[in-house]
Amino acid sequence: MGFFLLKIKVNEMTLSSQQQQRIVIIGNGMVGHHFVEQLINSKADYHITVLSGEGRLAYDRVYLSSYFTGKTAADLALTDEKTYKQWGVNAVTGAWVTDIDRTHQVVTTKDGTVYPYDKLVLATGSYPFVPPIPGNEQEHCLVYRTIEDLESISASAAQSKIGVVVGGGLLGLEAANALKSAGLETHVVEFAPQLMAVQLDAMGGSLLKDKIEALGVQVHTQKATEIIEAGEQCRYRMKFSDGSHLETDMVLFSAGIRPSDQLAREFELAVGERGGIVIDNQCKTSDPNIYAIGECALWEKRIYGLVAPGYAMARAAVASLTNNEGEFAGADMSTKLKLMGVEVGSIGDAHGNTSGALVYTYHDQPAGVYKKLVVDEAKAQVLGAVLIGDTSDYDTLLQYALNNIALPDAPEALILPSSGDKPLLGADALGDSATICSCHNVSKGDIVEAIEGGSCSLGDIKSCTKASTGCGGCSALLKNVVDAELEKRGVEVSKAICEHFNHTRQELYHLIQVENIETFDALLEKHGKGLGCEICKPAAASIFASVWNDYILRQAHQPLQDTNDTYLGNMQKDGTYSVVPRVAGGEITPDKLILLGEVAKEYNLYTKITGGQRVDLFGARVEQLPAIWQKLVAGGFETGHAYAKSLRTVKSCVGSTWCRFGVQDSVGQAIDLENRYKGLRAPHKIKFGVSGCTRECAEAQGKDIGIIATENGWNLYVCGNGGMKPRHADLFATDLDDATLVKYIDRVLMFYTKTADRLQRTSVWMENLEGGLDYLKSVVIDDSLGICDDLEAQMQHITDSYQCEWKTTIESPEALKRFRQFVNSDETDSNIQFVTERDQIRPATSAEKYVGQQAIPVDII
Amino acid sequence: MQAQAEVLTTWNDVCHTDDLVTNSGVCVLLEGKQIALFKIQIEGNTQYFGVSNWDPIGQANVLYRGIVGTLQGNIVVASPLYKEHYVLATGQCLERDDVSIQSYEVRVEQNRVFIATL
Ligand SMILES: Cc1cc2nc3c(=O)[nH]c(=O)nc-3n(C[C@H](O)[C@H](O)[C@H](O)COP(=O)(O)OP(=O)(O)OC[C@H]3O[C@@H](n4cnc5c(N)ncnc54)[C@H](O)[C@@H]3O)c2cc1C
Ligand code: HEM
Ligand code: SF4
Ligand code: SF4
Ligand code: FES
Repeated sequence: MGFFLLKIKVNEMTLSSQQQQRIVIIGNGMVGHHFVEQLINSKADYHITVLSGEGRLAYDRVYLSSYFTGKTAADLALTDEKTYKQWGVNAVTGAWVTDIDRTHQVVTTKDGTVYPYDKLVLATGSYPFVPPIPGNEQEHCLVYRTIEDLESISASAAQSKIGVVVGGGLLGLEAANALKSAGLETHVVEFAPQLMAVQLDAMGGSLLKDKIEALGVQVHTQKATEIIEAGEQCRYRMKFSDGSHLETDMVLFSAGIRPSDQLAREFELAVGERGGIVIDNQCKTSDPNIYAIGECALWEKRIYGLVAPGYAMARAAVASLTNNEGEFAGADMSTKLKLMGVEVGSIGDAHGNTSGALVYTYHDQPAGVYKKLVVDEAKAQVLGAVLIGDTSDYDTLLQYALNNIALPDAPEALILPSSGDKPLLGADALGDSATICSCHNVSKGDIVEAIEGGSCSLGDIKSCTKASTGCGGCSALLKNVVDAELEKRGVEVSKAICEHFNHTRQELYHLIQVENIETFDALLEKHGKGLGCEICKPAAASIFASVWNDYILRQAHQPLQDTNDTYLGNMQKDGTYSVVPRVAGGEITPDKLILLGEVAKEYNLYTKITGGQRVDLFGARVEQLPAIWQKLVAGGFETGHAYAKSLRTVKSCVGSTWCRFGVQDSVGQAIDLENRYKGLRAPHKIKFGVSGCTRECAEAQGKDIGIIATENGWNLYVCGNGGMKPRHADLFATDLDDATLVKYIDRVLMFYTKTADRLQRTSVWMENLEGGLDYLKSVVIDDSLGICDDLEAQMQHITDSYQCEWKTTIESPEALKRFRQFVNSDETDSNIQFVTERDQIRPATSAEKYVGQQAIPVDII
Repeated sequence: MQAQAEVLTTWNDVCHTDDLVTNSGVCVLLEGKQIALFKIQIEGNTQYFGVSNWDPIGQANVLYRGIVGTLQGNIVVASPLYKEHYVLATGQCLERDDVSIQSYEVRVEQNRVFIATL
């Protein structure tokens, strides 16, 4: 009956051939289907016939393995007969093509039906390669390619205890995972010395092997199977060339794929030496009326065994048929995947085969992380990468590789784990042609176009470009690009600091300054909602202090402060505070040292020298703080702001006064600078260092502001830090005189204070400035924004209005009321207890408190 | 029921309203227990809250020194040690289901602050 109906079809087609070209597609795999979809979308006037060799229409082969986790054939389907019918596509299943008559332009299927064509597309894909091992044709020796294969595997697994996968490539490991989840004892037998030899280097392969074996899959590398014969304990026994053997109930071959090019060979289209139908950039074969796309095609001597390149070929073929632009220009074979929970990534030239290629590696054996970066001879570009155990750098590296983005000076930073200065790829570093989503081939240009066309949210852009709707790997990058582009067009992107204010810290700063807002209540009333929280309140308090430099404990500001600011000390774990008076530049007189000692003794405080060249007194109860400070202030000390987001210390070496190498008075300079900036409240803490010569004993390059003496003056470094992610400061200007040095520091710090995000240190702030160090230089040195006078004036105001917060506090009875543990009692907090260790106090542990009696309660003073 | 509750509840006079700090906390000692007292002014209304001063996660008597604010519609205090939020009205910890602190009823009459104990 099919024959008869189809005959009629043939007639119809012949009738319409005057106007309508006939196009026949052999094979309805993923690529063949994508071709149909693209051709339909192009609205070109073709009569389309699809001949599917399988018993069903196209399905998602990439997610084939999900069949084992409960997906059905219907879930995997990419289309159905109804859809094709709506599109006007004549789709025939079970239509295996056996004959192409190129002279008369007709193809014949195995049941003898004839289909004439004007253009023919071969999308025949590939078939699994089964090594010619005697015994490979037995009932439980299977392959992994189609839904039917999966059905056979399930059936066989149900009667098996042990399964072997032959082939340790990408697909083999996926197949092994499937067997393992089916409950089989699973082995992988690989001929090569390592797993995933195409994508990984030896080190990566061996790490992957360790990880997979840890998951209970046994891996046997360098094994050549000679024969599969009857087993003793199991159904089969595999004998290897080295004399060893392995018993198993089933064998799954995954030893590579071969292009389905039989039709091309038989009907004399050009094929490659090792198979594959030769195509040009338009995907035309040696017969200009015949195209080949997908895994059966050979482009520049390469077969592409992934779906994305196949889709690109389909688009190129459609472009050629519809006289549009768009050629196939090769494709990226980079892969990122999770194999049995192990993250694996491979980019470009993973083996470093390019001549002159240089390699960086990072290996953290305990954590099972291995990363390799391959760059070109000039260290200018990323050529490839291998990532095992941690693929978080994949997206960035892939962008570098695909878009030829120039490498930073220290390329290794791209794979090192702790690099705070890992250059983040800003959206603006990418050109319009840069691919953002490789699944759907969406470039940055496409996104810009969508935005110009009226899309103005991430959701809109996703649905209109399809970007980020495939594997999802590009979602962070997409968001970056969309935010940046929307912002350029003045669309607001939420960077709100918390739920109470729909503004960034920088915006709040401007509002407070421009609208003369002096209290949090006023700010909340005008621009916020609710009561505020521990995020926006201290941020606002810090801005009030930066802009107005008010006494920090003014009644209206009090409830805003972080507890450290409220009580002008750093709260320690037991609720006591530490006392850190300022010791500018680390210079201290014996008398002052003695006073510190006396106070510490009197109040029984633990004493330690800090990393910032001063003395920290620990263990002060909240009600003791005023009395302690009373004594310190009377002796000439002032607060050290160790509790505040503000200037901490200016560390210095002894400099030319004493040191035989010194070329300038680093101590004098440090004291002057510390006194100038000591009151500045900033988005985060700020540290300085001043060294008297290039030997750099003060470690100034690890500070936000670093100053190193030269014969002719001072070299200024900016935006370094120690701490969790250390970063060296960048050289900003050289051989400055004192006045210029101060001028530049004024400008840098004020610009930072005004524009940085809450809790953003100078290093991160500068990295996020579009244009980075060069931009900062242009603002500060060349006054490119014309704001330098303002910046200096504001800094001068802050310097002039400085007051020691502790001095002001102890003079105010109202402020002192806060320093009470209980408003209704003079008792102390009974939970604060100390024991003695190395001749000083330390907080008692809870066990020690429980024992109780031995603990020394601190006397009330 | 109402009457019975009245009988069982003791209202303890703990301090003057001048001892409180608006939108912040102080601490009172009541029968050996430390209670953090908060006076919150929000949208023109003044509300008073009492919760235990013990931070069960930081293991110290510090909650009265935390910053108060609103979070998802609740009036909360953030621990000054590790920043967990406690709902002032109920003592519930917003970050940890398994943690909560005792809350107390607070009443103000003629500028005196009273805390209920059972
Ligand atoms: C388990 C598995 C996992 C994979 N995972 C990934 C992945 O994660 N990422 C990725 O990019 N790729 C993956 N791939 C590869 C990807 O599936 C292929 O690249 C893609 O399916 C190729 O599409 P195609 O249309 O060229 O070929 P196919 O999908 O093989 O389709 C070809 C079709 O043509 C039919 N055909 C052949 N000859 C004839 C004939 N003479 N007459 C009629 N019909 C014929 C075949 O029966 C077949 O249906 C995976 C493959 C497998 C098997
Ligand atoms: C609650 C948290 C913290 C407290 C209480 C604290 C306290 C201190 C104190 C008191 C000092 C001595 C500084 C001085 O003399 O003024 C100090 C130094 C230092 N702190 Fe912290 N700190 C904290 C968090 C951090 C963090 C998060 C970092 C890292 C980002 C950090 C990095 C440093 C460094 C590098 C020094 C040494 C400075 C130098 O050598 O010049 N601290 N800290
Ligand atoms: S940095 Fe130079 S001047 Fe300073 S202590 Fe070291 S050697 Fe001396
Ligand atoms: S390094 Fe850690 S433990 Fe030491 S002072 Fe800093 S925050 Fe505390
Ligand atoms: S790259 Fe896979 S969804 Fe975009």
